[in-house]
Amino acid sequence: MSLTADDVKKIAHLARLGIEEQDVASYAKDLSGMLDLMTRMSDLDTDGVEPMAHPMDQAQRLRADRVTEQDNREKFQAIAPQVEAGLYLVPKVIE
Amino acid sequence: MHNKTIAELAKGLRSGEFSSVELTSAFLDRIKQYSSLNAYITVTEDPALQQAKAADARLAKGDAELLTGIPVAQKDIFCTEGVKTSCGSKMLDNFIAPYNATVVDKFNNAGAVMLGKLNMDEFAMGSSNETSYYGAVKNPWDTNTVPGGSSGGSAAAVAARLAVCVTGTDTGGSIRQPAALCGITGLKPTYGRVSRYGMIAYASSLDQGGPMTRSAEDAAIMLQTMAGFDEKDSTSVDVSVPDYMAGLNNRLEGLKIGLPKEFFGEGLNSDVAAAIEAAVNEYKKLGATVTEVSMPTLELAIPAYYVIAPAECSANLSRFDGVRFGHRCENPLDLTDLYTRSRGEGFGKEVKRRILMGTYALSAGYYDAYYIKAQKIRRLISEDFKRALSEVDVIMGPVTPSTAFGIGEKIGNPIEMYLSDIYTIAINLAGLPAMSVPAGFAGGKPVGLQIIGNYFAEDRLLNIAHQYQQVTDWHQQTPKGFE
Repeated sequence: MSLTADDVKKIAHLARLGIEEQDVASYAKDLSGMLDLMTRMSDLDTDGVEPMAHPMDQAQRLRADRVTEQDNREKFQAIAPQVEAGLYLVPKVIE
Repeated sequence: MHNKTIAELAKGLRSGEFSSVELTSAFLDRIKQYSSLNAYITVTEDPALQQAKAADARLAKGDAELLTGIPVAQKDIFCTEGVKTSCGSKMLDNFIAPYNATVVDKFNNAGAVMLGKLNMDEFAMGSSNETSYYGAVKNPWDTNTVPGGSSGGSAAAVAARLAVCVTGTDTGGSIRQPAALCGITGLKPTYGRVSRYGMIAYASSLDQGGPMTRSAEDAAIMLQTMAGFDEKDSTSVDVSVPDYMAGLNNRLEGLKIGLPKEFFGEGLNSDVAAAIEAAVNEYKKLGATVTEVSMPTLELAIPAYYVIAPAECSANLSRFDGVRFGHRCENPLDLTDLYTRSRGEGFGKEVKRRILMGTYALSAGYYDAYYIKAQKIRRLISEDFKRALSEVDVIMGPVTPSTAFGIGEKIGNPIEMYLSDIYTIAINLAGLPAMSVPAGFAGGKPVGLQIIGNYFAEDRLLNIAHQYQQVTDWHQQTPKGFE
């Protein structure tokens, strides 16, 4: 299975990941190589096998519904690229 | 001083032979002397000396623990409050962690001294440490070769004695493979044994932190501090932590070792195979019996891993968006441009490759063919191990197909790099604990023996490694120029 340059650009857009035009061909080649590796999986019959998402067969723990987190806003925003009045700033989304 | 074990250093600190400040200064000097190895991203000299002073006071008061005053270093994937935590990436080059990882808190509470933060492959994605934004790390055994990865700075630091002991993390072999290539001892614990809180996530169902040390005894001391349930990590397992030192001297008569024939096939370097065979013979002399086991699904571990790990990575790394922390591009045109360009500039090529792969594998139309299929194979691999470990106590084999390869040799061919993880990846898919133990040399470069045990059998693995280290001295060898 091989991916085209357009496929790679589409995937990069889905991931909101900027890639350089000059690198597109090499990503297409590398990803196609990875997919070739993966096609070996289809040789094995896995009908009826339960997918394993996690090494430990355990349920998510529950805890009492009480406040455990402190308010760390100032600490966390001290490392933010751009904040104002306690809010994270991004380019205008709504005109 | 720098060649002593943790137990020997703890004795010296208590007898007054040297202070923690003296010990810490000696290591800080060595870090400067050997800075060309590029093992550290950040050296925390002043805080280290402050911690050392506090440790000396605690030792004087008589309420010290084994690690009190011992100079350690953290892989730069563990968040350290007030200290840059880069994860080997430009994305986090400006990131000063606002809190400590649980593992870091545990070392602080034990009174250990943190020398600094260790170099690593970017976001732990790599097998050679060459994907780091901060440059490649050199292997002290041959500075033209890689130390392995992703915990390459960790392994090089221990091998060159630039820290007494260090942390690493292992998602597909990232503790064991560099430990093997640098001739040190590394332990990847059972998934869930060590808290992942504050350990920057790559593939959450596979990531596990663990100790990297000279000896199994040192690893036991470190794991004692690192292991345990943490309610801040929802996948931390609530199983009591045994005394890892207590069983180190148990004898090995009757130990049943399984050798998977799939670990000794085509692709394994013959000198590495010979070293592993010699190590297994040593175990026979100690009273172990050896049988062959078979794990037919093992050959599909690499394809399954390179679906599952990138899939989890593409989800985990979506948090790096240039909004709340980390790199942000200059003058974004709009929100999409902010995301796209910040991520494009902040991530390196290998990380991008895996984000793209994971995004593809999880996209509509391909999810069943790749992601679900890989998870089914993960189940079968896990069952292979369960079956084998019901017949034998531990599984042994090589950690890597060859010894350390040259810097630049494989970085241009990602698939070839992935294939070098052939013997380590399946263990992460199953969630089992495994060790790499120094087992001799091939062509002057270290070889690692892999020992794989049952869930939560870290004490047994440490015992088995320690007994081998009582009759061999591979773990005590020091690379030339670093004595």
